[in-house]
Amino acid sequence: MIARFFGGPSPRALLLLGALGAMLLVAPFVANDYLLTVLILILYFAYTGQAWNIMMGFAGQLSLGHAIYVGLGAYVAALLFTRYGIAPWIGLLAAIPVTVACGAVIGFLAFRFGVAGVYFAILTIAFAEFARIGFDHLDIVNASAGLFLPVAQYAHNDLWRLRGNPAMFYYVILAATVLAFILSRILMTSRIGYFWLAIREDEIAARAAGIDTFRYKMAAVMISAAVTAFAGVFYAFFYNNLFPEQVFNISRSIEIILGPVIGGVGTLFGPILGAFILTGLAETLNSAMLHFGFDLPGAKQVFYGICLLLVVLALPNGVWPWLARRLGVREGSR
Amino acid sequence: MTALLSLQSVSKRFRGLVAVDSVSFDVPEGAIFAVIGPNGAGKTTLFNLIAGAMAPDYGSIAFAGARIERMTADAVCRRGLARTFQLVRPFPGLSVEDNVVVGALLRERDVAAAREHALNLLRQLDLFEKRRQVASTLTLPDRKRLEVARALATGPRLLLLDEVMAGLRPTETDRMVETLKTLNRERGLTILLIEHVMRAVMALASRVLVLDHGTAIAQGAPEAVVRDPAVVQSYLGQSYLEAGAL
Repeated sequence: MIARFFGGPSPRALLLLGALGAMLLVAPFVANDYLLTVLILILYFAYTGQAWNIMMGFAGQLSLGHAIYVGLGAYVAALLFTRYGIAPWIGLLAAIPVTVACGAVIGFLAFRFGVAGVYFAILTIAFAEFARIGFDHLDIVNASAGLFLPVAQYAHNDLWRLRGNPAMFYYVILAATVLAFILSRILMTSRIGYFWLAIREDEIAARAAGIDTFRYKMAAVMISAAVTAFAGVFYAFFYNNLFPEQVFNISRSIEIILGPVIGGVGTLFGPILGAFILTGLAETLNSAMLHFGFDLPGAKQVFYGICLLLVVLALPNGVWPWLARRLGVREGSR
Repeated sequence: MTALLSLQSVSKRFRGLVAVDSVSFDVPEGAIFAVIGPNGAGKTTLFNLIAGAMAPDYGSIAFAGARIERMTADAVCRRGLARTFQLVRPFPGLSVEDNVVVGALLRERDVAAAREHALNLLRQLDLFEKRRQVASTLTLPDRKRLEVARALATGPRLLLLDEVMAGLRPTETDRMVETLKTLNRERGLTILLIEHVMRAVMALASRVLVLDHGTAIAQGAPEAVVRDPAVVQSYLGQSYLEAGAL
């Protein structure tokens, strides 16, 4: 069953996957709080990267404004929690329709009026920026003063209300990442996944093959938005504060896409691998510079940029397709 | 025989240029119908109008009893009218097999069943050995065959073929002619083709329409049409008859 699910990879690859899974499961017992926070960050980007990948990697629709779905998800759940004491899991049920509706509006405007490619990407940025400025002046969410979730010392982890220590958040985001992977895998190997790939490859040919491209592009945006909504809920309850300037910022949108780009757009493992490489690299650089007392402002960013540049130049399709060949895994061919 | 496809006074104008000028014809169910004519005669525009890639300025197009001239390309395909492109456009990054699976998924919701169907078509079009290859690595004749396979996979009643023989060697042309004849005979597939390769037209078509400057200048049985003075004058040339190509 598991072997079939992964499309028959080599035993070596399965072994590697098993070892990785076991390491991730026991991590909170061996890692200190700092390392655990880094791992949470990695998994957070692995999750959002997969959500973005559904839209761009599968259906070929470039979103540079995914922060809007994170922000909306975060604000809806945080607002319901702070105002009415509604638990985040219920809040998620409210956040999903909101983000889906937002995705539907963006998708409808773009796809009905033939906004495609770079212009579509600009439209997604415009919406995210619109949300950032709008929320900055929206009193119901405390405008630019920000929304804060009550932080108190909790005697025990409260999973239902997402109040607790990093280990609990770690397991929550780990489970979410695994679920997002399973969802991606199901979508990619199903009818809708094939239609998305066809649209990504050649939209005119896709229409000639009878595919209602408007409908399937809308589905890609709405599913991606729904998946991203949870990242927003998680963000709100993990950081306990929300500022429009931060959560809707365009750099948040860029951070989301870096992982899949480095790991391999349109692949299943790419976004996860990319998140590990990127956040791992950034944090390693951070510690290394601290360790050697190398305190040059901006040096980290420059070095980080150079590393990314090298990866993109050496492996333009991302790291995963290359690694998959090495491991003898078939995934990544599409 | 009833007409599966029927065009009435179809016209399309691009600014000053009348690409298709009041063209009318019927394609009977089960026929193989060829459209020939010199370059720029409006053949591909006519195809694009039928396939829903663009809408005509005037006239009506009826397919299987329904008006389709205002339908989108995907809706036309779902009604059972599949096309190939003159400048081939397979899904370049997908494997040969997956290209055809996409087509087969139109009528078949189950991916495994669609794959089964796709593999059968690939066998029929001599692409089975190359099914794992990425489509962009295929040679032009193979890509043309792949387009036919993908179009067939959508389960059409009428297949529109835009110069699928161009660039094929004579033996490959004969092979394609055989494949199309078989599809026509065994499944009752109606075929409408644009073709320059007269060898294929004469072997396949039961009826021929000649376009010149957007106008239909002749229509009828292939043997009669190629002797029509207007057709010889505008398209085939005197040497065609003298060479005894018939």
